[in-house]
Amino acid sequence: MTKYLLEGATLPDGAKCQILISGGVIVAMEESILHPDVSSARRIDLGGAIALPGLVDLHTHLREPGREDSETVASGSRSAAVGGFTAVSAMANTFPVADTAGVVEQVFRLGQAAGLCDVFPIGAVTQGLAGKALAELGAMADSEARVRIFSDDGNCVFDPMVMRRALEYVKKFDGVIAQHAQDPSLTVDAQMNEGSVSSKWPSVAEEAIIARDVLLADHVGSRVHICHLTTAGGVDIVRWAKARGIQVTAEVTPHHLLLTDECANSFDPIYKVNPPLRAESDVMALREGLADGTIDIVATDHAPHPAESKECEWSAAAFGMIGLETALSIVQLAMVDTGLLSWSQVADRMSHAPARIGRYADHGQPIAIGSTANLTFVNPSLAWRVDRDLVLSRSKNTPFHGMELPGKVIATFFRGEPTVLDSILVRGPRAI
Amino acid sequence: MRHLLSASDLSYTEALSILDTAAQMARVSDGPIKKLPTLRGRTIVNLFFEDSTRTRISFEAAAKRLSADVINFSAKGSSVSKGESLKDTAQTLQAMGADAVIIRHSASGAPQRLADSEWTSGVVINAGDGTHEHPTQALLDAFTIRKHLKVGVGDLSGLTIAIVGDILHSRVARSNVILLSLLGAQVILVAPPTLLPLGVENWSAQISYDLDAVLPHVDAVMMLRVQQERMNDFFFPTAREYSHYFGLNSDRLALLKKSAIIMHPGPMNRGLEITAACADSARSVIVEQVANGVSVQMAVLYLLLAGAPNENVESGEVLS
Repeated sequence: MTKYLLEGATLPDGAKCQILISGGVIVAMEESILHPDVSSARRIDLGGAIALPGLVDLHTHLREPGREDSETVASGSRSAAVGGFTAVSAMANTFPVADTAGVVEQVFRLGQAAGLCDVFPIGAVTQGLAGKALAELGAMADSEARVRIFSDDGNCVFDPMVMRRALEYVKKFDGVIAQHAQDPSLTVDAQMNEGSVSSKWPSVAEEAIIARDVLLADHVGSRVHICHLTTAGGVDIVRWAKARGIQVTAEVTPHHLLLTDECANSFDPIYKVNPPLRAESDVMALREGLADGTIDIVATDHAPHPAESKECEWSAAAFGMIGLETALSIVQLAMVDTGLLSWSQVADRMSHAPARIGRYADHGQPIAIGSTANLTFVNPSLAWRVDRDLVLSRSKNTPFHGMELPGKVIATFFRGEPTVLDSILVRGPRAI
Repeated sequence: MRHLLSASDLSYTEALSILDTAAQMARVSDGPIKKLPTLRGRTIVNLFFEDSTRTRISFEAAAKRLSADVINFSAKGSSVSKGESLKDTAQTLQAMGADAVIIRHSASGAPQRLADSEWTSGVVINAGDGTHEHPTQALLDAFTIRKHLKVGVGDLSGLTIAIVGDILHSRVARSNVILLSLLGAQVILVAPPTLLPLGVENWSAQISYDLDAVLPHVDAVMMLRVQQERMNDFFFPTAREYSHYFGLNSDRLALLKKSAIIMHPGPMNRGLEITAACADSARSVIVEQVANGVSVQMAVLYLLLAGAPNENVESGEVLS
């Protein structure tokens, strides 16, 4: 394996140092490294960029198997790498559904073959995401993919008894249920946040499920993770649950930290997403929740769709937006540049904490000697314009097209090898 | 104003100008020759993705009285029923040289989508989209109210108008609240709380749950259709109870001022939101609303198209 001497990096706390990588591991970190490997190492100048532990996404739709027209594990991995991610979590709502050991192993191996980041499959909670009978959670956990996160994302595990059983069962292998909190009978045909036009997607449909599930998690002593929190009330419930000592974690998406339901007034389905964009007061509560740690992590909910699924009237369009390549910039814009998060806290919300929740041992480690060299370097003073025609995702459904965003990922290192240098994807250690 | 997508596209002056133009158009319709040559050579497409009788027919009549060529397109039996997208349909119409597209669609925002896209360069007129808006209905209602209560001139200031029924799902109510208040009228929305949208307190209208208390104060009462499917969705317990509290009947007719008029955008559920006696009473202007619709739609087509460049004629000149 090549050795790398990374020069001109700034640690999240502001300290400047060189980082020496050898054998996929950080072997030295000093202002000026004196180490026998220095002379043979390839020198890379990072120009003062901030070093972050490689970003970890707990909520990624990679669409393979089944919808390779919108994304594949390989194309999603490329998108992840340029976005600064070294691990992503492939959601289970594929065709076929990732509800057996066979499907999760397939996705895991496709990720290994792409070789640009770790692709950790999320297993379905129930067979076929139907919400009725538990999928073979144990078999998926024991498979080569070592699944620890289970989710019916896209659907809510609505039956409280099914949810209770799932929460209990995954204790066997320290798993977690990631709930898509949406009461289905309160959101029949729902299209937008209730409060704007043609609306009936009330906040309470999300909050009622969150409240129920933190109580269930408390009752059975299990871990529950709330996917894409969007409402101020939901933040309050999670805050209350954490104060009670309930093992709940929660995520927020970049788009819900920035966009409001005002966007939906244009009826441009690029803004159609599940859960919907909410009011400005919700956005502010989400930012506050992420800042104070009530919301543990940022997760992209990267949801690729082909052009024809968005080039239509609102109600006919698909829900979702891509997000891997813009996530860090949006977090800088909404959280860092507003003074709500430090870069050390960004490292926590986008790497340490998600790796902890997913039990991804090689990820989210501190930037320190002995750690696996999963690293992301971002230049926060470099602004760039989002161009949907330049994304590496196979789909172009970004709501940020044309926007100038702060902060550019300069380099990404995955297990000691660069996947991105000078903001450009370099071929991974294994063929794509 | 290039398109008419929402009542909120209209300024006070533009709204009055449409009503004044509609009054002139009404005189044409009343005359011996019901036709003007204004839009000769223009192609107007009635693009109806949702069933409609009166709106489609009246737009067709309006376009024909202005001598335009009219193409009627309804989703049933067309390529749309075979799964063709809105984009492809719009581009097909564009290729046929449509100068204006009058669109009715079950999806809120579909007309705006059409207008904002590059799929068609024609003028887009919203003839009702989902639960969003129906601006020409609001214009014809304003025209009707003005004709009866303001001798056909000026705005609607000083008038109080009640809109009664399913406000939640009503595009007619949304457009009317915007337009009638723009023209100076006071609007009162009367409905059970289940049929009022969340955030309705931010609309420029008063809210009441009590029809009997409201009726003595209004100059016009507009009854909205209660859709059959609402009854299965727990919006109210039974049709009988709905009629009891929110239906217009002879007893309630007696509460109205002598000058007050009764309106309904149609189609009516006689016996549910309005009794036959009320619908057919001397105060009812429901049939006249339809006739006024043609005049208002002629005015809208005239104002949007007569001033706009005639692309087909221009390209024809280039070819010759």
